[in-house]
Amino acid sequence: MNDQMKIKPTAPCATCPVHNAANLKRLGVDMENWDFVVALAGNPNVGKSTVFNALTGLHQHTGNWPGKTVTRAEGGFEYGDYRYKVVDLPGTYSLLATSLDEEVARDFILFGQPDVTIVVVDASRLERNLNLALQVLGITNRMVVCLNLVDEAKRHGIEVDQRRLARDLGVPVVPTVARYDKGIDDLLEAISEVATGKVLGKQYRIKNMPPRLKNAVEQLAGMITTLYPGLPNARWVALRLLDGDERISEAIRNGELGDLTKGMEEFSEPNLEARMEVHA
Amino acid sequence: MSDQHDITPEQLLKEAQDLRWEVGGDFHEKLMETIYTDAAKIAERAITRPGEKSNFDLDRAIDSVVTSRVWGFPIMVLLFTFIFWLTISGANYPSKLISDVLLGTVRPFLKTLAANLNIPWWIDGLVIDGMYLSTAWVISVMLPPMAIFFPLFTLLEDFGYLPRLAFNFDNIFKRAGAHGKQALSMMMGFGCNAAGIIATRIIDSPRERLIAMITNNFALCNGRWPTQILIATLFIGALVPAHIAGLISALAVVGIAVLGVLLTFVVSWALSRTVLKGEVSTFSLELPPYRPPRILQTLYTSIIDRTIYVLWRAIVFAMPAGAVIWLSANIKITGISIAEYLVNFLNPVGILIGLNGVILVAYIVAIPANEIVIPTVLMLTVLITGAKGFGSGSGVIFEIQSNTEMLSLFNAGGWTLLTAVNLMLFSLIHNPCSTTIYTMYKESGSLKWTIVGALLPLGMGIVVTFFVAQIWRLVANIV
Repeated sequence: MNDQMKIKPTAPCATCPVHNAANLKRLGVDMENWDFVVALAGNPNVGKSTVFNALTGLHQHTGNWPGKTVTRAEGGFEYGDYRYKVVDLPGTYSLLATSLDEEVARDFILFGQPDVTIVVVDASRLERNLNLALQVLGITNRMVVCLNLVDEAKRHGIEVDQRRLARDLGVPVVPTVARYDKGIDDLLEAISEVATGKVLGKQYRIKNMPPRLKNAVEQLAGMITTLYPGLPNARWVALRLLDGDERISEAIRNGELGDLTKGMEEFSEPNLEARMEVHA
Repeated sequence: MSDQHDITPEQLLKEAQDLRWEVGGDFHEKLMETIYTDAAKIAERAITRPGEKSNFDLDRAIDSVVTSRVWGFPIMVLLFTFIFWLTISGANYPSKLISDVLLGTVRPFLKTLAANLNIPWWIDGLVIDGMYLSTAWVISVMLPPMAIFFPLFTLLEDFGYLPRLAFNFDNIFKRAGAHGKQALSMMMGFGCNAAGIIATRIIDSPRERLIAMITNNFALCNGRWPTQILIATLFIGALVPAHIAGLISALAVVGIAVLGVLLTFVVSWALSRTVLKGEVSTFSLELPPYRPPRILQTLYTSIIDRTIYVLWRAIVFAMPAGAVIWLSANIKITGISIAEYLVNFLNPVGILIGLNGVILVAYIVAIPANEIVIPTVLMLTVLITGAKGFGSGSGVIFEIQSNTEMLSLFNAGGWTLLTAVNLMLFSLIHNPCSTTIYTMYKESGSLKWTIVGALLPLGMGIVVTFFVAQIWRLVANIV
């Protein structure tokens, strides 16, 4: 196995915190004693499995078609001083849990409480991909957007301003071409910054909501915060309840949701702007 | 921390219930709409150069041809015929080379070695004539075609052609009362049925998912492609002049695969009209962009993931099977071996459906893995004909180093063209392997539907081969 393999023996500027892919140890299926859990989410066929392989050194079969991964694949890597476990979730267009694959992805992000959720988005189909990113951002702000397939987008005459996107979303955005290992070092740095709490995204709130809905959400979210102080996504839970989501109602009834607030650590102030400067 | 302990989960749920009445039934749509609006706004701000769309979009141009109503299916058949033709004509030489080494050089060496070491005849037989021989056959018969076919298939997959196939099939699936996404799980089934059945998770309606699971077996899997390719090469290719033999054999294999697709539609249609009635759900199928496949990566993954995986599985099952077959051929009760008892017992049924006892025994032995059907058939034929005096003595002194020799062995075993055709049909239409059956049980959670999924194709296979045999013999008598 190639568990001790280091890609790129020496980086040109090894001292720079960004170009330190040399610190990456791909651990393959070895994921003992991990410090952080990283979830990989995204629409179907945007290259999640390719990103997964680039991070772990595994050869999870990738294919150019939606629906390739329906189960979770897991792998590990070591970066900096920490060990990470990566979970590749099935590709979905939304997290409303209308089918089994959506439910697998949603449940893991909500109940599995990964330390970082990477949302892989297709740069050439940004609008549709952001729907999912916004839904994930409703559940967790510990998120990194991996703006993949930027080469393909460029070929189609589309260029994405990742800094503006990062400001609007409130989370780090890293452009990559995972097929050719481009941008993976930046992605690793972003993952570690979010995992260690150096950078924390801001919670996304749906704008342009009709007042009637807004009042209902506020009222319910208030109750949820009282019932579960420390729950990071009360508004999202409120939205799910208003949508009649049985799985969430069940989680409230059996106390599963309450358990999520146990062991919640407090993180320092969000420091997104600082990260932007690193990349500027 | 808070003193407000007066809210209970029940109260929260009650309040949510009341508020749902207030916000109205269109909440879900409203919510989706606001998320979409937000996403559109953010995307618009971030895209700095939604560049002037080039006049000619290559992707769309390719799509308009390969997914066209007129050209879609002919192109599919042509493409797959080409792939099988490459496989069949390319596999001949390496197959012969491998078997020359494994059977022509290594085996005599092992035999001499065993004789010099005075190893008892039964250990020599069990290990060399049983386990080694069956493994050597698996490798020489299966490795070359797989090493050509799987990389080609994976290249098509990476290029983005498979979803176009699904797109072509989608409409037919809907008309058959099944889910359009079944086209995708069927495509997976062409690799491995167990994987295809797991892939049905993308179908949300349980009714349509069950249809997709039960019919997945009609997609020819990894383990069955080599059987089809070998039998087509030996028997169908032999019917025509040598220079077009490869092409005709390839067409025969494509024909069987197409028949499998047709059966998928017919059985889906029948199930959705009878025991699994219900509405068809709609979905949107996304055509991914064409991507230039990474040739080396594809070679690597298809050789590791598919070729070696399938070959390993075949070897793992072939070694013990070889031992069992050798034992059954050499343990004799009143002068007749167990294998012969079994084969003779099943022979009348086999002949009735245009097969023979050897093939039926092979399909029982091969329940764990379809890959070992051909090696088992070869072993049993050698043993049975050997016992009848075609070989030499009760041993297995019969070296098959070329297709011609294999063909003469089959002929010695009483095979005809009908046997070959029906074997190809039966290989397509019979019970799935035990891994697939177990996966079906795990995924559906229903013993009843698992039994249906296992026995329905077996029953259909017996009926189909029976009728083909009867009609064949009728026509043969008249002509």
